Amino acid sequence: MKALYQLSLADKVELVETDCLISCQEGPSIMLLPSGRVAQVNPGHNFTAWLIANIAALYHSPHRPSISLRGDAEIPPIEQMGFFSKQELVVMRNRGHIDAENIEEYIAHDGYMALYKVLTALEPEDVIKEIKSSGLRGRGGAGFPTGLKWEETRGYKTNPKYVICNGDEGDPGAFMDRSLMESDPHAIIEGMAICGYAIGAPQGYIYVRAEYPLAVKMLQTAIDNAVKKNLLGRNIMKSGFNFNIGIYPGAGAFVCGESTALMFSIEGKRGMPRIKPPRSAEAGLWEKPTCLNNVETFANIPQIIRRGADWFKSFGTPESTGTKVFSMSGAVRNVGLVEVPMGITVRSLIFDIGGGIKGNAKFKAVQLGGPSGGCLTEEHLDIPITFDSLQNVGSMMGSGGVVVMDDTNCMVDVARFFTQFSVDESCGKCVPCRTGLSVILSILEKIIMGNGVPEDLHELETLALHIQKTSHCGLGQAAPNPVLSTLRYFRHEYEAHIYDKRCPALVCTDLIHFEINADNCKKCGLCAKVCPAGAISWQKKEMPVIDKIICTKCKSCIRACKFEAIY
Amino acid sequence: MTGQDLIKIKKQYVDRVKSEAKSGFVTVDVHMGTCGIAAGSQKIFDAIEKEMEKLEAKNIKIRSTGCAGFCSMEPMITVHVPGKPSVKYGKLDAKKALEIFYSHVLGGHVKADYAMSQGLEKPQHRLTGK
Repeated sequence: MKALYQLSLADKVELVETDCLISCQEGPSIMLLPSGRVAQVNPGHNFTAWLIANIAALYHSPHRPSISLRGDAEIPPIEQMGFFSKQELVVMRNRGHIDAENIEEYIAHDGYMALYKVLTALEPEDVIKEIKSSGLRGRGGAGFPTGLKWEETRGYKTNPKYVICNGDEGDPGAFMDRSLMESDPHAIIEGMAICGYAIGAPQGYIYVRAEYPLAVKMLQTAIDNAVKKNLLGRNIMKSGFNFNIGIYPGAGAFVCGESTALMFSIEGKRGMPRIKPPRSAEAGLWEKPTCLNNVETFANIPQIIRRGADWFKSFGTPESTGTKVFSMSGAVRNVGLVEVPMGITVRSLIFDIGGGIKGNAKFKAVQLGGPSGGCLTEEHLDIPITFDSLQNVGSMMGSGGVVVMDDTNCMVDVARFFTQFSVDESCGKCVPCRTGLSVILSILEKIIMGNGVPEDLHELETLALHIQKTSHCGLGQAAPNPVLSTLRYFRHEYEAHIYDKRCPALVCTDLIHFEINADNCKKCGLCAKVCPAGAISWQKKEMPVIDKIICTKCKSCIRACKFEAIY
Repeated sequence: MTGQDLIKIKKQYVDRVKSEAKSGFVTVDVHMGTCGIAAGSQKIFDAIEKEMEKLEAKNIKIRSTGCAGFCSMEPMITVHVPGKPSVKYGKLDAKKALEIFYSHVLGGHVKADYAMSQGLEKPQHRLTGK
């Protein structure tokens, strides 16, 4: 009855004592009318609470939910789940754990303690020394030592200086910065403020791509809350240090993730990279010394200050310290954001955390670093993930996108996809990137359509190497990487396209014959059933026949055939 | 604002959470990153909120927190019952979320059919200690 009052249902539900409901071995039971559903009471549970659930469920829910009486013991502890257990949360320690719009929650989880420590106990030089000794390297892709960058920026005497946070995450398949900005914006703000103190800058900007409206909203709320609490603004925590942060939403150009282009964009000019030197540390935004770091780099800073460089160095390898966030997508079972210590093997990343390849397919390759990175094959699965080891095998850390591919992916098509992306996003300033990439794309398309000639491979290679050497900015220099790495590791696929006019993964429709291999065909007729165009005619115990005029090359039949009889 | 104030805010917040836990507050975290919202977490949030209003539930708190990182299980929620391990649920919709709401949040019975895991990731911890 107490339960009924708790739910203010006392006047609507009547409690009646009845005879035994027969299922004696199950212990005390109640029957809920009018549904007539019987529910047993588990003696181990709180009866009132249980009653509330059952009655409330019956009374209120239009869905009449069933009450699960299975015990809690059957749910695996989080440490036993491959996806979570191998991760080491440093940057993402608050993911899904705090309400980002409530600054008090961040403070309750030791937020802004690092900023407090910096402002009261440390000189700017000490901060830089700590960051340098932590070995933190830029998480945007290039891996430049963060401490060195800060020191260099501090060294220039021109004022004012600027801090910029690069949240222009444009790689296909990368979403870790977005998640960070949405779920823990204060960590980024705190990191930027510490950077401002260290290099002597009064103003910071966060450049966020406009495709991330929720991130912009969360950051703006966080900044407003921090200003209200005097954790940003004038005379922060009565230390005499002033620091403000403004948000600059980008307009959707991939090239604006390049530091100099990004600064032009903030200045209101067209976003195009310029020749370095002078480096941004000397003459960046409005020709003033500017320290630009990635979102993830800044989110690392408060923890390094609070827990010390040695703690940070306990993760990762001597050359690549700390952890790295990867966004894993593609053909893996567990798609998601993973934060792992540097030095973990690619195999562990894909098979332990990612849970292996989806379905029955076989692992084929993994593309690290988006359109600027290269792909790795099975033989590289055991190399540790560090900045240098990946570069040695023709890939790169990049911002952390991990796209896993299985044997249903055609590598020529993958190269075409990334090249198409680079062509679309090339700013057009320098010839190698603007024209060279278009030529590469047209050759790839020619190969995919079945018109490739043997000389194409050589031409692809020469062109790609020229673009790599002569492009103006990092994006152009890295853009041929997907082509070069697929040529290096999957040359046989290119050759199959050119010499045999065949796509081994059955992706490139122009190279599929859509004919039936009599040796493999079991005459089951499944292909005829699934064909949406009605192009396959089949009689019982007969080989099906594909009418190529009606066929739309949708590949439904190939997917349906269990015996690989259609080629 | 000084360092002392920071510590005070932290203490006040932790005390509040602890006293809420003592009086049996159940917290429901709906993971609402852009990814979660795309998968339908806004509908889950709205459904639970509406049900709470209907029941005039006073000792339940619903929060929107960021992405929990496991994209292929989205939309996800985490239910924190005082004194019990937190439970993460995945691949939900509004209907399943309401079942969890009645069974676990109101009734204290973990809805094992949709539960993914119990406990929190290291180094995350509940401010109430458990």
